[in-house]
Amino acid sequence: MIYVFDGSLEGLLTAIFEYFERKPKSIALKTGKLFQPDAFTETLHIVNDRKKADRVWQGLQKRLDGQWSRKFYCAYLSELPEIHNSLFHFACYIFSNEAGAEKNYGNPYVLVTSQIATKVEREKHRMEAFIRFQHTADGIFYCGIDPDFNVLPLIVKHFKDRYADQQWIIYDLKRHYGLFYNLLSVEEISIELSNQNLKQPSSNQLSEKEELYANLWKDYFKSTNIESRKNTKLHVKHVPKRYWKYLTEKQLE
Amino acid sequence: MSERLREKLNILADAAKYDVSCSSSGSDRKNTNKGVGNGHTSGICHTYTEDGRCVSLLKILLTNHCIFDCAYCVSRKSNDIERAAFTVDEVVELTMNFYRRNYIEGLFLSSGIFKNADFTMERLLRVVKKLRLEQNYNGYIHLKTIPGASDELIKEAGLYADRMSINLEMPTESGLKLLAPEKSHQDVIKPLAFVQNQIVQFKDEKKLIKSVPKFVPAGQSTQMVIGATPETDKDIMYTADRFYKNFSLKRVYYSGYIPISNDTRMPILGTQPPLLRENRLYQTDWLMRFYGFNVREILNDANPHLDIDIDPKLSWALRNLHHFPVDINTADYRMILRIPGIGVGSANKIVQARKFGKLHIYQLKNIGVSYNRAKHFIKCADTPFQMKDFQSTQIKAFILAESQSKYLKTDIQQLILF
Repeated sequence: MIYVFDGSLEGLLTAIFEYFERKPKSIALKTGKLFQPDAFTETLHIVNDRKKADRVWQGLQKRLDGQWSRKFYCAYLSELPEIHNSLFHFACYIFSNEAGAEKNYGNPYVLVTSQIATKVEREKHRMEAFIRFQHTADGIFYCGIDPDFNVLPLIVKHFKDRYADQQWIIYDLKRHYGLFYNLLSVEEISIELSNQNLKQPSSNQLSEKEELYANLWKDYFKSTNIESRKNTKLHVKHVPKRYWKYLTEKQLE
Repeated sequence: MSERLREKLNILADAAKYDVSCSSSGSDRKNTNKGVGNGHTSGICHTYTEDGRCVSLLKILLTNHCIFDCAYCVSRKSNDIERAAFTVDEVVELTMNFYRRNYIEGLFLSSGIFKNADFTMERLLRVVKKLRLEQNYNGYIHLKTIPGASDELIKEAGLYADRMSINLEMPTESGLKLLAPEKSHQDVIKPLAFVQNQIVQFKDEKKLIKSVPKFVPAGQSTQMVIGATPETDKDIMYTADRFYKNFSLKRVYYSGYIPISNDTRMPILGTQPPLLRENRLYQTDWLMRFYGFNVREILNDANPHLDIDIDPKLSWALRNLHHFPVDINTADYRMILRIPGIGVGSANKIVQARKFGKLHIYQLKNIGVSYNRAKHFIKCADTPFQMKDFQSTQIKAFILAESQSKYLKTDIQQLILF
């Protein structure tokens, strides 16, 4: 049996509901994009249903502690092609067993969920570290990013709590949406500008002092290095090259 | 104006970089007054230098003018270098502007001693007060305690800083006397103990009265320079252990000495910093803090130095083969943690997962155990039966043949002539 769904969280949760309505023997979950019809296997197209999805989510939260609910959500945000199927089986496993089943790291779906969630959390943490705001002429601190996973929903709280007295925008160039903090709350926005401009605002869009502080930071980065301990391998391990484009200290003057 | 600021930053960041501590963890200070900044319990490394060290704080000296002449320090009085000093406002502006751009987690402020201890401490205090009270800044602040400063000043500073530290500099009193005759470990112990006492007092009061302010919430740390004087690894780690226990330190840092002068009492200029030794010391430190090892098990009179080609945990296991093999499916957590190739994460997963059934080799591999290393020390559900008992030297050879230390590699490169 193959369940086909639209890739949304609601669809995934509805699919879990449908499974327990029918309990087919063998089952795989695929997104519409990846699905290829197969002459020998039955398919069911999942119709998203908010009520069913909510029931499943509440059921999951009853079964799992906060930490594990978050792992489930994080793994979903990875957007990896195979993750939906794993999460589907993970949830079915949790519902079909005694409480505490999520501790069974010997089960492949438990392990995958946990491992993918760790990867997403790592990307989230990297964004908290590597985002470099540029102060724009209209007083907003801006940064464009293209993270491996869809981590914007995870970083909202961190930036909102920390930069409570300044307006800021974090924009996901890959997924074409961003977060704007207006000193009161964070709203989701999309900006109609060229990707090039979103990546790097032009110098007349930036505030007067922006260049000075960017240069001071580059200076600091150089001065704090100890030449005789140079260890490029370790450096690149901590700051993989794909992130260098964000980093002010890695841009040439 | 901005040119001079850039010069000062270069000089005073360069002078501060030999203090290796850059952690920003341990403080949960909240951004309550709708100002800027908060603590992040596990800390954030915003970038890494090309030598692979984390940069999370703006680490600078207020000034590199100093009345002391310590042989191991670049800012020593007799050294002919450019001197500079920041104004209080300059430090505040730099910190705020770097912080707002998400370059840093906070400020690490230290200073050379000018005039006297109190005068210096009072200046440091002015910077942190301005940040906290005028700028509504709630980000991380690591402040150096200046040895010899008055209790009142230190106590006040503790109300604004997240972490305070004083460096032991040399692992033993005799080492310190050799290179800095004007200093003694006692100068460090007194303020460390004073701050520790205050931390305990504030915590006790907070239990009764909620409005008691935070006092050095991220605790204290210290640093020792390694390889400038001839101490053994045992001397170093025993000192560290004593300071962890007596002053509840959060961290002890080990900083491989980087030759900075022609002083004949220390390694000559151009000597490689002892990076591998430093790494082994940190591994030992981790074993003490997170793996339940007593320092005496790792270093003792029979083994005053750490093994260079293998890590201290493997080294301990090879010396204590009578504890192995450990049965993964029955042994307690404490013992599983002692198996080479198994870390805290894997050990936790193992004790949770085995409640659901005996664990097999493929599961251990998936969980993240470094199996090629661990296999010599464990038994699990499908471990092949072995007739032969290997000697520790044989196991060591097997493991060394399979792995190549990154440090040994570079050493070999240096020996190649053609």
